[in-house]
Amino acid sequence: MLSDYLNENMIKLQVKAEGWEDAVRQGGELLIRAGKCEKRYVDEMVKAVETMGPYMVLAPGLALAHARPEDGVLALGMSVITLETPVEFGSEANDPVSLIISFGGVDRESHVEMLQALARFLMVEENQEFLRNATSVHDVLDSFKDY
Amino acid sequence: MKRMKIMVVCGFGLGTSMVLKMTLDDVLKEENIENVETFCIDSYTAAGQDYDIVFTSKELEYLFENITQPKVVIQNFLSKDEVREKGLGLIKQYLDENK
Repeated sequence: MLSDYLNENMIKLQVKAEGWEDAVRQGGELLIRAGKCEKRYVDEMVKAVETMGPYMVLAPGLALAHARPEDGVLALGMSVITLETPVEFGSEANDPVSLIISFGGVDRESHVEMLQALARFLMVEENQEFLRNATSVHDVLDSFKDY
Repeated sequence: MKRMKIMVVCGFGLGTSMVLKMTLDDVLKEENIENVETFCIDSYTAAGQDYDIVFTSKELEYLFENITQPKVVIQNFLSKDEVREKGLGLIKQYLDENK
């Protein structure tokens, strides 16, 4: 289940962010605090957007922030943040972004099931809408139990 | 019959491209298309791979400016409709020509 991969401390709703980098760092901060990655991993997530462009904004309003396992991942994990005011990543097709999912995997395989569960959830458009408007972390975790 | 290889490319080849691969795999399954292999790869090693069609994002499209294989640029990696609309024709055409 998608809910197996995170807990209430890894979800933060209606966050205020100053821009895309601040938003990515806030999502990354949840991973750091949960002991899922080192600080340098979050720096690498930011660097990835700077050097390769906003390709991580993979659907309208949605960014999947991540770097490589060797960039400081300590354990498999993901965090979810939604933004009070959407931010621009510079994605022609998919800006502005109000939902940021950050993840780290320890190798090239271990995160596949987690991403599969996440993709199943996100492919249902009403779920994305629900997540963007959610104000209760508990409700969000509950909705993750079905995927 | 030769197995068709579809390469899905993103920066690291393990997150964003993985999501697109899942969407693509779903479409292939729904269309009962077999004999196709899909794989993810990072943008640095993509060029040296053996593949028949490449799927990627608008931001990384420039990496494939001079390739001879068909290229499919997807904007919404979660949209089966977009993958079907832009990619299915090319996939079927390849499979038809390589029977």
